[in-house]
Amino acid sequence: MHETDSMVMEFSVPNTLESEIDELITHYPEKRSVTLMALHALQAHFGFVSDAGIEWIAQKLDQTPLAVLELVTFYPMFSREPLGKFHFRICRTLSCALNGSEKIYWALCEQLGLDKNVHKRQTTPDGRFTVEFVECLACCNKGPVLFLNEDFHENMTEESVSKLLTICNGDNSSERKGTGK
Amino acid sequence: MPQKNRLILKNLDNKDYNNTLSCYLEEGGYETLKKALSLKEKTTQDGKKLSPQQQLRDEVKASGLRGRGGAGFSTGLKWSFVNRASGKPIYLVCNCDESEPGTFKDRQIVHKDPHQLIEGMIISCFANDVHLAYIYIRGEFNEGAKILNRALDEARSRNLLGKNILDSGYDLEIYIHRGAGAYICGEETGALSSLEGYRPQPRLKPPYFPAALGLYMCPTIVNNVETLCAVKHVIEIGASQYAKLGIPSDPGTRIVGVSGQVRNPGYFEVEIGKITLGQIINDLAGGPRSGRQIKAIIPGGSSSKVLRADEKVTLKTKNPDGTFSEKVVDVFDLPYDSDSIAAAGSMSGSGGIVVIDDSTSMVEVAANVSEFYVHESCGQCTPCREGTRWMSKILKRILAGNGRRADVDELARISQNIMNGRSLCAFGEAASWPIESYVLKFRDEFLALCAAAEDSRKEIWGEAGINRFA
Repeated sequence: MHETDSMVMEFSVPNTLESEIDELITHYPEKRSVTLMALHALQAHFGFVSDAGIEWIAQKLDQTPLAVLELVTFYPMFSREPLGKFHFRICRTLSCALNGSEKIYWALCEQLGLDKNVHKRQTTPDGRFTVEFVECLACCNKGPVLFLNEDFHENMTEESVSKLLTICNGDNSSERKGTGK
Repeated sequence: MPQKNRLILKNLDNKDYNNTLSCYLEEGGYETLKKALSLKEKTTQDGKKLSPQQQLRDEVKASGLRGRGGAGFSTGLKWSFVNRASGKPIYLVCNCDESEPGTFKDRQIVHKDPHQLIEGMIISCFANDVHLAYIYIRGEFNEGAKILNRALDEARSRNLLGKNILDSGYDLEIYIHRGAGAYICGEETGALSSLEGYRPQPRLKPPYFPAALGLYMCPTIVNNVETLCAVKHVIEIGASQYAKLGIPSDPGTRIVGVSGQVRNPGYFEVEIGKITLGQIINDLAGGPRSGRQIKAIIPGGSSSKVLRADEKVTLKTKNPDGTFSEKVVDVFDLPYDSDSIAAAGSMSGSGGIVVIDDSTSMVEVAANVSEFYVHESCGQCTPCREGTRWMSKILKRILAGNGRRADVDELARISQNIMNGRSLCAFGEAASWPIESYVLKFRDEFLALCAAAEDSRKEIWGEAGINRFA
């Protein structure tokens, strides 16, 4: 695990989040089942899943940290690193692709100075934007579709994605919007 | 118009309709649940006592309803497999992982009419003596999960859920469990592993049939969102009435989604088998875009085998006197039901129709679909984990202009080595059926790219350099 002890010390889960997880524990006959929902809750709050977060969940649910980590690494929606304030997830799969999702992806990457040939998650050096191709988002009739943070956008064009980017660029608030909280 | 047979989609796109409980109640919502909960024990002519639960299960079985998630298995039969003698609790899991590319029907129900799903679930749970149920919803349906949570709270506040539902003495709790972006969670045992907090790797069947050894090793029913909604309608109108819709082997209505290169992509509830593939694509979805011709149709989600637009299909029909007659039909005249699509060598699967027109290269389609399965293979079985990557690598190589003529047969060969039960779950088939079908049915397109690549290498390096890459 690659965080220093001092960082682990700084990690603290607010009471509201902890009680959210305590409530989730009542939903299942076995504590382990809560792991996935707890990861969602932590990622929504902290923006990513840290080593300290994994250890906290493990302790809370009487699991080994490895049992938590193996879920984090399996599911594409979790991130081990902080994501940009603006996180674009563009659908790459067939119906969206047939309607030009690649062009949307390329346009975004080019305007943000990212490598358009990389499909994996990329974050701009200033840490403001994260862009990634994801698999089918189950809205094939409105393709190409994308998520900007937790907001869903349909029937995207190169123009509309540029407009989204302009809005993001004009947003100087420090708070990350739409974290699904 | 075939759309007149709207059961599940009856209200959800009406202008004045929204997803709140009050709106659902105004449209007669939860009346079917009341009816189900007030059933009395019945005695058959031969003196057998039928509990209300048994009556409901019999009704669903008699309706002939087939699951709408993809496999098309009889819902009544699935329920009848549940081990009721184990003494363990029985769980029900609603599969709302909707992640088969081309499928977007459950999303509409969850977003626009969540109470219909909840009512269907409560009825199904009551019928199967379930007291704890989960909705396994894919992580990307963040909005859907919020809507469902709110709807569940509304239902609890009116005693439609919780302890002693509507004073019937029946207790049920339903919780939401969110996935996190993995297609394999749509596989029923994968969903169960995920619910238990393990990696969502599918389990070996036998012995891990959910009906016997499902969630927490207890008997479990896993049903798709649309199936559970259909159960509500079966109970509402009665099995005999429901079975009049559609065709005997595949009764009722189902929601098909048309996407890809058509004018009006969308979702349509159709009477099964009473509408052709052509009517769905051309009349409901507006047909090909101007100046374009349809080249290929994926009839039931990306896992189904592709159909060529110029294909002819031999349909066997049973005559009233019991004999069979054969009829050769155009692909567009194929009735949309599981048997007819199966006769064409494919499947109606999840009802997601993807239309591909003549502006698109089938090699690109293959590469796109293949990349999906590479990303989504859970990695448990070697043929699937390695085979999907191998195929994807070859397809990318062909697209990059580095193909070889032998690649075409190689792709078909690898497909054969992933399918046929060589993997633990049906993902192996789902990943290899489409790729093999593209290669076999559009061999010319693949071969043309490979031949051009070989020829250009031959030009540079001569005969010996055909397999030399820059």
